[in-house]
Amino acid sequence: MGLIELRDIHKVYDMGAEKVRALNGVDLVVERGEYVAIMGSSGSGKSTLMNLVGCLDTPSSGSYVLNGVAVQELDDSQLAGIRNKEIGFVFQTFNLLARTDALHNVELPLIYAGLSRGERRERARRALEKVGLGSRMHHQPNELSGGQRQRVAIARALVNDPSILLADEPTGNLDSATSEEIMALFDELHQAGNTVVLVTHEPDIAEHAWRKVLLKDGKVVSDQPTARATTGAAAASVPVS
Amino acid sequence: MVFFENFRIAFGALRANLMRSILTTLGIIIGVAAVIAVVSIVQGLQYTITQQLQGVGATFMLVQAKTERNFPGMVARQVKLTYEDGQAIEQKVPGVKMLTPTIFGRATLKYKDRKHTPAAIVGVNENWQDVQNQSVDQGRFFSKIDLENRHKVVVVGTKVVEELNLGPEPLGKEIYLDVYPATIIGIMEHKGQSLGLDADDLAFVPFDSALNLFGRNAGDQVQLRLHADSADVVEPVKDSITRLLRQRHRIPPAEPDDFQIQTQDEILDTVNTILGSITAVVGGIVGIALLVGGIGIMNIMLVSVTERTREIGVRKAVGARRQDVLIQFLIEAVTLSLVGGAIGLALGYGLGVATAKLIPNFPPAHVPVWAVLLAIGFSAVVGIFFGIYPAAKASRLDPIEALRYE
Repeated sequence: MGLIELRDIHKVYDMGAEKVRALNGVDLVVERGEYVAIMGSSGSGKSTLMNLVGCLDTPSSGSYVLNGVAVQELDDSQLAGIRNKEIGFVFQTFNLLARTDALHNVELPLIYAGLSRGERRERARRALEKVGLGSRMHHQPNELSGGQRQRVAIARALVNDPSILLADEPTGNLDSATSEEIMALFDELHQAGNTVVLVTHEPDIAEHAWRKVLLKDGKVVSDQPTARATTGAAAASVPVS
Repeated sequence: MVFFENFRIAFGALRANLMRSILTTLGIIIGVAAVIAVVSIVQGLQYTITQQLQGVGATFMLVQAKTERNFPGMVARQVKLTYEDGQAIEQKVPGVKMLTPTIFGRATLKYKDRKHTPAAIVGVNENWQDVQNQSVDQGRFFSKIDLENRHKVVVVGTKVVEELNLGPEPLGKEIYLDVYPATIIGIMEHKGQSLGLDADDLAFVPFDSALNLFGRNAGDQVQLRLHADSADVVEPVKDSITRLLRQRHRIPPAEPDDFQIQTQDEILDTVNTILGSITAVVGGIVGIALLVGGIGIMNIMLVSVTERTREIGVRKAVGARRQDVLIQFLIEAVTLSLVGGAIGLALGYGLGVATAKLIPNFPPAHVPVWAVLLAIGFSAVVGIFFGIYPAAKASRLDPIEALRYE
């Protein structure tokens, strides 16, 4: 059974007079340990799909089973619990809390997981070390570069050991050199066993993934392995730097 | 765990907008400061008055004529309470230890070229000192002999000595009360002010002299001050006096008393009622201040929720449930109003102490624990009441919309 199983997903927004069909029968299965890029132009429904996968929203019809849990059956606070436990979000605009140092930002999901202060500190510290920010723990977001901020956000996404890392245009606000560094980090995390779902419209960013899903008008129009997957695991295991 | 974390978040948010937070909570600060200042002053007064009355003793009773105006159009019956009533009580009511008739009036005192009109001239008998638990500081009070022989004597308060410029040895000097001469035989001990009356600005004369001074009609409206043998017999003595006076005044059984007997407890009750209504009126005004303060808090919390829409989105994305967000903003509102309440408490206490110090002879301010608890409790309630709407608004935000908010 897949980690993510989307079956005939429809999402319709009722905009008064007209109904907008953002997703029109999407089927998608993602296995544990996969590295998937979801691509599409704006209006293709990729943001809607990302929100559904991230349990920020529920489908109008169809079924979504995440890690064995039928998500469409859950209420608001159960969804919050799933997001806390199963999903690690990485946003284009980082979405760190201002005037709050890196350590506290990373701690945030653990507060809602109900962990004790000491344990939160310890795990947040380890997550920051994992993304290479061990020396910047007490810096506030405005004292960090864009790449460093995104690293803090990735540490926050990782800290509660989620099933999926869900990244929405994670390099959209970064220059190309920093983008490469961040993508290298994602590659590393994938190799360490994390399931990564990447939403992007940039083909060269999507090439980091092993599988590329293309959306158009609310439907999956193509779903194929990337060049990297076809050249084999050997190529992927070469450290990217 | 999450609950206590909220206080840290709340203090962080308040510190981040320190000036705004203080201005917001100003309404609460003023409201609480006002209530604490007034309560501290009123409580100080009450404390002092209670102390003074209790100094008089639990066996004390005061009998006064009751001027009823309950029946408009009816010719009011001439209500009298006389010296003779007092004598009858002394002779016929068992359990009465000592009694003094009392009349108050005004007259101008003269010594050489100095004139002074004291707060009151008080006509009493030799029992006054014991009845009121008040004694002379120099010389002596008048005795039964002075009264029987109609000696022209007077006992004055310290203020009178000052005003008439009687010098260091006032005893034996002759002063005039209007046209009547009298010799000063005693100076009352220093008492200070109470209930707006300067207890040192009094002159005491034998009861008969007072009647001469104020005219015979003054003898119809006498106060009788007395002590029962013990606190246990206060009620039976009161009943006996009632029966005796009704009989003497020929009041038919259906008619109400034309006099009233107040025991020390009842006098205390009256004082407390008056001070209580002052507190209640101020409480009403303070209620309005707290209402305005609460609206201020609601306003700023709504602003805060809007400003922090993205933060709310992020919190929800990483697993905050509706109630987590609700409690976070509610605690922030309550913290805001509690901080205001605490500042108001300190300010109000300072104000009360300063006021009490500035007014001469005023009793020291006294803040009871209930007032502190009430102020804190009220602040918290205001915070919850006016914080619930913004907090509910924050908790209902759609995380997708909130994350997209610019």
